[in-house]
Amino acid sequence: AAAALLLGCCGAALASGVQDQAEQFFRSGHTNNWAVLVCTSRFWFNYRHVANTLSVYRSVKRLGIPDSHIVLMLADDMACNPRNPKPATVFSHKNMELNVYGDDVEVDYRSYEVTVENFLRVLTGRIPPSTPRSKRLLSDDRSNILIYMTGHGGNGFLKFQDSEEITNVELADAFEQMWQKRRYNELLFIIDTCQGASMYERFYSPNIMALASSQVGEDSLSHQPDLGIGVHLMDRYTFYVLEFLEEIHPASQTNMNDLFQVCPKSLCVSTPGHRTDLFQRDPQNVLITDFFGSVRKVEITTETISLDRDLAGFESKLPKDELATEPLKYADQLPVAQIIHQKPKQKDWHPPGGFILGLWALIIMVFFKTYGIKHMKHIF
Amino acid sequence: DLPRQLPFRDVREEEVPVGSRTDVTSRYETVYRSTTAREAAALGAAAPQEADAALHALQDASPGSLTVYVIPETSSLLPQGINVYVGKHRSALVRAGQGLAALRARLRQLTQVMSFTASSIAAALSDRVPDGQLGLDARRHLKSSLGYEITFSLLNPDPKSHDVDWDIEDAVNRYVQPILDKLSFVANFSVDSQILYYAVLGVTPRFDRESSSFLLSAHSLPHVINPVEARLGSSAASLYPVLNFLLYVPERSHSPLYIQDKDGAPVPTNAFHSPRWGGIMIYNVEAPASPQASLPLHVDVDMVRVMEVFLAQLRLLFGISREELPPEFLVESPGNEGLADWELDRLLWAHTVENIATVSTTLTSLAQLLDQISNIVIKDDVASEVYQAVASVQNAMAELAEGRLRSAFQASKEAVTSSERAFFDPSLLHLLYFPDDQKFAIYIPLFLPMAVPILLSLAKIFREARQRKKEPAKMD
Repeated sequence: AAAALLLGCCGAALASGVQDQAEQFFRSGHTNNWAVLVCTSRFWFNYRHVANTLSVYRSVKRLGIPDSHIVLMLADDMACNPRNPKPATVFSHKNMELNVYGDDVEVDYRSYEVTVENFLRVLTGRIPPSTPRSKRLLSDDRSNILIYMTGHGGNGFLKFQDSEEITNVELADAFEQMWQKRRYNELLFIIDTCQGASMYERFYSPNIMALASSQVGEDSLSHQPDLGIGVHLMDRYTFYVLEFLEEIHPASQTNMNDLFQVCPKSLCVSTPGHRTDLFQRDPQNVLITDFFGSVRKVEITTETISLDRDLAGFESKLPKDELATEPLKYADQLPVAQIIHQKPKQKDWHPPGGFILGLWALIIMVFFKTYGIKHMKHIF
Repeated sequence: DLPRQLPFRDVREEEVPVGSRTDVTSRYETVYRSTTAREAAALGAAAPQEADAALHALQDASPGSLTVYVIPETSSLLPQGINVYVGKHRSALVRAGQGLAALRARLRQLTQVMSFTASSIAAALSDRVPDGQLGLDARRHLKSSLGYEITFSLLNPDPKSHDVDWDIEDAVNRYVQPILDKLSFVANFSVDSQILYYAVLGVTPRFDRESSSFLLSAHSLPHVINPVEARLGSSAASLYPVLNFLLYVPERSHSPLYIQDKDGAPVPTNAFHSPRWGGIMIYNVEAPASPQASLPLHVDVDMVRVMEVFLAQLRLLFGISREELPPEFLVESPGNEGLADWELDRLLWAHTVENIATVSTTLTSLAQLLDQISNIVIKDDVASEVYQAVASVQNAMAELAEGRLRSAFQASKEAVTSSERAFFDPSLLHLLYFPDDQKFAIYIPLFLPMAVPILLSLAKIFREARQRKKEPAKMD
């Protein structure tokens, strides 16, 4: 009898365990997934940064996030670069084993459009109204967003296009603005640059988890060159992350703790870091597919409404406002007259501020003290 | 046995605490009066539906209000065992009950069903409620938006076997347009449709020998949507959230296909939906009578059956769902109109509260942003949008306190438009961040060489002035 009771208890515990795992599905609280993948370097020798970004893009697409929910920013075109011996391909493994470029890649921001300003505009949503839907991050308060950045970086900054930089404070402020407007439910930030950990030091908004390929003071190293293409193909951290992600399928239950173990110092030479103090859930409970995939929550529809089949379609009760409009001509689409004849806006004159006034007063006083007051009467 | 002489009015206030800094006060104003002669005549009808239709013509209930007719306990207007009947418009019929307390209890229950409740308000303000206190229902509803795009898609993975024809335009005009017309005050809707060929589901269904049909289990449903979603597309110009309704006609080799729920029973509607995304229904084509029938089979989709499910899913996605009703309630189905008036009122209450909360969050965060970064320039049009938003939201709060639902909702919509335009204005992007050590590195090489002669001259001036003060004692 005791044995039977014990078995009964075990059975109940097992059933509740399965139930718990099914309910865990709902614990993340998100209903859609977005990904913002940024490669910030140009020039042919930075091939590996484009390959990094494209391998994350490929994994994210394979696990279910559609192109309409991915913002892909590539600072240079490696696939059609004149120096590419195999045009229209970007390889991640040497001996050209894996082409991460594929034939259905959709780049949203390309070449010189990848700037700090555009990146911050995408994150905060302050985009000019003429931007098409594919270039926007239309996330809501139930979106989980994956942000992946790669390129050349330093202590507290990331270089964009070899001409400007984004600092960790700007990035933290951008995330805070996203949080204020509830543009994300949870955010996963991955960065693969030298001294990458410095970029997530300044985050202060809730629900952010961050991973970096190296600590402050360390360099992230590249993986292996391909002698046929002539450049290094991938960075070590992203190479091992890609290998890890290739094992994941949309139904897998692998959690974030496994991702933190990817690429230990023996393989990567640098020490990958992570930051989870701002994240509310335990990383043990966070599935990889919560960020990299798009597993939707579904409910069975159990009710229907009853429609009367024979009711004839009635005219809409609302008055259709049919204004008699003339057919529009092509030349009328822009209000040219308004644009051309606009008077230039009067710029208001502001009196000089305190600092300038003080500086000039100091200079004038010193001048007259040095050369004597008697010169004043020649002026006045 | 009434406490006072008719007519009288009764006001009850209730506090709904939502979050740490948010709470909502709801006020119920009840007016008791006796029925007019015409209403009494209408209540003499045979069936509650006719009574409801007749009463609707007589009254002019403003949005947000309900009219409850109390009929004698022994009246035969309502069927046996039913104590409360909820109509399609804004009226209900209630049996008097054993005494005033029983009547009051029934009225309370009725308000919970027909009007807003504490949980529906908390759900509308879901981002202010601390996590874990809300049920699953709260995350399902679409957020209040200025417009929605609805897309109907027909998926035909096997065009060689099935030549599927659906008269979607007629179905939309007859069945979908009425509910959208009713919701037109809430948001702008645009409807489009498409047919996708060779679009397969992401999962392979299992063959079940007992029922000789294919089954999709409940836990494989989440993986169905993804491969299809990449093909669905959306309008490039509009930024409104998209609701997708998919009709899937399974391949001949996988017919018939049923969805299994958690207990293993096939789902009667053969459909499932995903919160904030849309719904999918599987439409099985009967096998042809004779095996030698020529392929492809022509299939005319029965749009009524399909629309019944799609419209139910649409109502669920919007949050117009029926909570558990006590058994003595009878709620009239809205029929072809799709939406009862009181359901529309419930939606308006929730959306108005949500809009007001959104506007206050937006404006607060905008003010915080400007406090932090002092050298952002606010253009005149941004400033005017902010003023307009503040005026509209105050107007909305005032109208809401008075119970004028339609004007409150209108004002809240204007407030949301203005505040979003102000917050997301492209000119508010602040880029230049100067860390303190960089400030030293830039300004010192510039100003130090210039400052050295100035400081030395200042020192000389002070020394001379002090000497001159001592001099006059000697010069005399």
